[in-house]
Amino acid sequence: MNKKNKYLTLSGLEPLVVTPESNFINVGERTNVTGSRKFLRLIKEENYSEALDVARHQVEGGAQILDVNMDEGMLDGKYAMTTFLNLIASEPDIARIPIMIDSSKWEIIEAGLQVVQGKSVVNSISLKEGEAEFIRQATLVKRYGAAVIVMAFDEKGQADTYERRIEICERSYRILVGKVNFPPQDIIFDPNIFPVATGMEEHRKNALDFFYATRWIRENLPHANVSGGVSNVSFSFRGNNTVREAMHSSFLFHAIKNGMNLGIVNPTMLEVYDEIDKDLLERVEDVLFDRRDDATERLLDFAETVKGQKKENKEQILEWRNESLQEKITHALVKGIDAFIIEDVEEARLASEKPIEVIEGHLMIGMNVVGDLFGSGKMFLPQVVKSARVMKKAVAYLQPFIEAEKDGKQEFAGKILMATVKGDVHDIGKNIVSVVLGCNNYEIVDLGVMVPPEKIIETAIKEEVDIIGLSGLITPSLDEMVYVSKELEKQNIDIPLIIGGATTSRAHSAVKIAPNYSNTVVHINDASRAVTVVGNLLQKDNRVYKNQIREEYDKFREQFLKRGKKKEYLSIEDARQNKFKIDWKTSEIVKPKQLGVQIINDFDITKLEEYIDWSPFFRSWDLYGKYPAILEDAVVGNQASELFIDAQKLLKRIFDEKLLKAKAIFGLFPANTINDDDIKIDLSSVSLIAVEDKEETFKFLTLRQQSKKAKGKPNIALADFIAPKESGKQDYIGAFCVSTGFGTEELARQFEEAHDDYNAIMIKALADRLAEAFAEYLHKEVRAKHWSYAKNENLTNDELIKESYKGIRPAPGYPACPDHLEKKTIWQLLNVYENIGVKLTDSLAMWPAASVSGYYFGNPEARYFGLGKIKEDQVSDYAKRRGISDEDAKKWLNPNIAET
Amino acid sequence: MNDIKNEIQKRILVLDGAMGTMLQQYNFAEEDFRGERFKDYSSPLKGNNDLLSITQPEAIAEVHRKYFEAGADIVETNTFSGTTIAMADYNMEDLVYELNYESARIAKQVAEEFTNANPDQPRFVAGSIGPTNRTASLSPDVNKPEYRAITFDELRVAYKQQVEALIDGGVDVLLVETIFDTLNAKAALFAIEEVKEERQLDIPIMVSGTITDASGRTLSGQTVEAFLTSISHMPLLSVGFNCALGAEQLKPYLQRLSKTTDFFTSAHPNAGLPNAFGEYDQTPKQMQQLIEDYLQDGLINIIGGCCGTSPAHIKAIVDVTKNYKPRQIVIPA
Repeated sequence: MNKKNKYLTLSGLEPLVVTPESNFINVGERTNVTGSRKFLRLIKEENYSEALDVARHQVEGGAQILDVNMDEGMLDGKYAMTTFLNLIASEPDIARIPIMIDSSKWEIIEAGLQVVQGKSVVNSISLKEGEAEFIRQATLVKRYGAAVIVMAFDEKGQADTYERRIEICERSYRILVGKVNFPPQDIIFDPNIFPVATGMEEHRKNALDFFYATRWIRENLPHANVSGGVSNVSFSFRGNNTVREAMHSSFLFHAIKNGMNLGIVNPTMLEVYDEIDKDLLERVEDVLFDRRDDATERLLDFAETVKGQKKENKEQILEWRNESLQEKITHALVKGIDAFIIEDVEEARLASEKPIEVIEGHLMIGMNVVGDLFGSGKMFLPQVVKSARVMKKAVAYLQPFIEAEKDGKQEFAGKILMATVKGDVHDIGKNIVSVVLGCNNYEIVDLGVMVPPEKIIETAIKEEVDIIGLSGLITPSLDEMVYVSKELEKQNIDIPLIIGGATTSRAHSAVKIAPNYSNTVVHINDASRAVTVVGNLLQKDNRVYKNQIREEYDKFREQFLKRGKKKEYLSIEDARQNKFKIDWKTSEIVKPKQLGVQIINDFDITKLEEYIDWSPFFRSWDLYGKYPAILEDAVVGNQASELFIDAQKLLKRIFDEKLLKAKAIFGLFPANTINDDDIKIDLSSVSLIAVEDKEETFKFLTLRQQSKKAKGKPNIALADFIAPKESGKQDYIGAFCVSTGFGTEELARQFEEAHDDYNAIMIKALADRLAEAFAEYLHKEVRAKHWSYAKNENLTNDELIKESYKGIRPAPGYPACPDHLEKKTIWQLLNVYENIGVKLTDSLAMWPAASVSGYYFGNPEARYFGLGKIKEDQVSDYAKRRGISDEDAKKWLNPNIAET
Repeated sequence: MNDIKNEIQKRILVLDGAMGTMLQQYNFAEEDFRGERFKDYSSPLKGNNDLLSITQPEAIAEVHRKYFEAGADIVETNTFSGTTIAMADYNMEDLVYELNYESARIAKQVAEEFTNANPDQPRFVAGSIGPTNRTASLSPDVNKPEYRAITFDELRVAYKQQVEALIDGGVDVLLVETIFDTLNAKAALFAIEEVKEERQLDIPIMVSGTITDASGRTLSGQTVEAFLTSISHMPLLSVGFNCALGAEQLKPYLQRLSKTTDFFTSAHPNAGLPNAFGEYDQTPKQMQQLIEDYLQDGLINIIGGCCGTSPAHIKAIVDVTKNYKPRQIVIPA
């Protein structure tokens, strides 16, 4: 903040410290009238509210500093700068980050400096007008409390060689530090990024000189920083984005290595360094490093071939473009190519009598091919979703024409209501099924997530839907579905019900839902089956099919119940006698290094990449197999690889543009087991950062396995892994919640609005993976640092996924502790909502959905297990411990209560 | 001359307590505020505490004396509202120089009495520079968020006038305090730098912000660290917090401040939070215990009191600070 560290420190409403670990600080540059036509137009029209949206978008997209420039001949720059910065000051979500006041006119810079309360950056000053003016401006910048960008520019002109760059920068530095007493860490040099491969001999060393100058500055001018505008370097390749993106990426990579620590980069004009074509990369770097005399020619040659390749592609494209109109539309739908769909649809529209015929004819013919290929396993889900994207685009284009006609209404094969039930927020599966059904010409009425039963019923009646689809992921949703089925029956609704979602099962649908409802109940376990089931249900004579399902489910139920009855159970007392025994005299208990609660508010999400377990990601797209083997799989390999590449692309955007926010909270506390199954937290010696007093006592209630075990096998409860009070040993427990879901909804909505369901689903699937990765990462940190019982642990990601570490992190709602109510205790103990903003719904699902919460058990003998079914005696005992009625306890534990 | 920069290295310095709370006990009426000189002044003057330096100088001196007797090392001049901007409420803009000059002179005179009596404990005067009643980075009109009731330049000019008068009156240090809008404070610091440059003098500066509520932010929305970053471009004697909160509520922010800055730190909290009648009822003993908490954690170099504190509170604080060493500034490797 001052002398203490020599790091550039800026502030808006919050501080920004540029440490060596910050890697690279990205400056948002869309609020610059010289760089953005849109922004210029908005400012000219005095449309400041939309101009603020541009700024907000930059901040949300991950800009760490906001560059504001109002240099335009037709603008009153001082007025525009002052007005815009004043408006930003009233928007806390924008004012959070520091401002870069950007102008070539000193009076505009000064006007800006007079209205920002934080420590901003002046962009820029230089020796151009001589030393006296330079000193005057620098003194004022310092007095206004800002940092400064110094251009490598002097009385003689702009520095264009290595020698001139270091000469000017050194001279500027000496004046600033020596005469103005400017803090060296507040100096940011811009040593001029100039184009390369221009064909001019004198431009050959432009990149190299920048790199060398950057390195020289960082080594010889203590604490000074280096910045630059990267896109200049590729100026001579305008129009050839393949080459430009490769050049930006390579330039940035080397500039950062040489010490450039902040700058202006357009993230959409950047290729992944590792993914640059090796040949192209070599030629780019030959140019950047001036490695050979013919470097420019060779890059130009390559640039031609890239253009040529595009031509080739075009020829290939043209080949299918020569087919009949129907063939073209079908091809576009099957391949998921949206480049020509509008012109094709337009052609079809002109050829048709009514625009609706294009949907019912051309497009449906194409989608039927997609449906057939999908049904026969020749297309995979991600491809189908891409097809849907093309379809949606086409339909969106036709919609206005259809509406203009009024009488022409699209004929759908049926109308299907889709809803994630009340209390549940998970909708990836529901969205996939909606898209797939939509592709098959069903009209979808999607009610979204957390839909109350009344709304489902009301909509079903009002919209006269043909089928109701219910989805859910967490176990309380199972009961909610049971409830919905009973309500439907009560209201005499006679519409088939389809059930889907991760915790739903044929067993549950057959045993718990089907008996309540007179119409058909079908469980669907994957999206491809949804099409068949819905098709069968909606055929004209569906009686046979319906009876068949009913019989199947009745039979299944009988068998299931019989099987259930054979199981033997112990009384809860006997089960407790047979608990998992740890020898507390010898067992190793480590006292956590840091007791109490800790919050991680703005976690660098890129760190999570290596912790991602990809296999479940493929599963969410109905591609089964283990990662990475799945990429080579004979059947789904190609599709998995393609999906993986798309996922990597979006992941990179998430990282580069900071699209998602990761937050976490965890606490470590002294604890002991009391009365066999409860874990009592001792807060007396722990200082909590929480706002309220933590007077009340906190107990985690665990549930014990009750099914009769083979001899010598224990009936486990999580409480067995914590030393009982009677042992006299002080033991410890942890609790945590992580989320990477902040931002997911907005992104998904943006994608949906752009008719891009593929990425809308992708973003949620990725956020889920990141949340799991975060939980894994945090657990590792806790083991190694905060609890610190596993300091020397060194596991690969594979070993992490296989859980080969000491200690466990079971989560409420999962097999070891299916009781979701425990989440409430965790929330109260850690003040999860107040501290990091993750909420619990009525059914105790976490919101944002991409969140994970649970406990930490550190004992080496602690292990994962499944609770299995429990008996009524434990349920009543539990109700007493929890202080709720037997009724309520049954409701929450229902999926785990054994049938009597 | 005994330099405050030397003294602060040796021990924890104690700042005085509230001026306003003490003046209330005199129950001055409108005519007392007016005195002989402003007998026929056109505007009502009751409540213009700064004016008492001219019309009731003995009372002001007496309050300073009581705080020094209680053991305070530094007293603040009676100039919290001593700018043309704040004085506009009383149409007394023209009086600003005199108010500040006289207030500084009175305080300095009392300080010298005490220093002369006991040269081992030199006493100092801090020129109090309040926030004014306008904010430079917030709009008073929700429908016009781009509007500002005051500009940086207007603030700068007003502060400069106050600073010059305070220095002429003999203050040892300038205290920019109760900052709820950082931009106002930056204007004050800008003005101080100008005066320092024009007069070629160096005078220590104390800066004290105000965390307005449990959000842990200033009124203008900055976090502790962002506030600190925004005012650290000047060499400061100390940075700290005062007002709005009691010692207990202020502690977490002082901890963060103490961790992040290598300027000396200061705090002058209120005597707890006001009760339902707007009165402060934290006793000296209670406040002493809370302050002792700061001292045990080594958070503080300068400590005093704000609203609701009295010489008894300051005495209690002086008693307890004697047992502790000042905060050490750790410069990490």
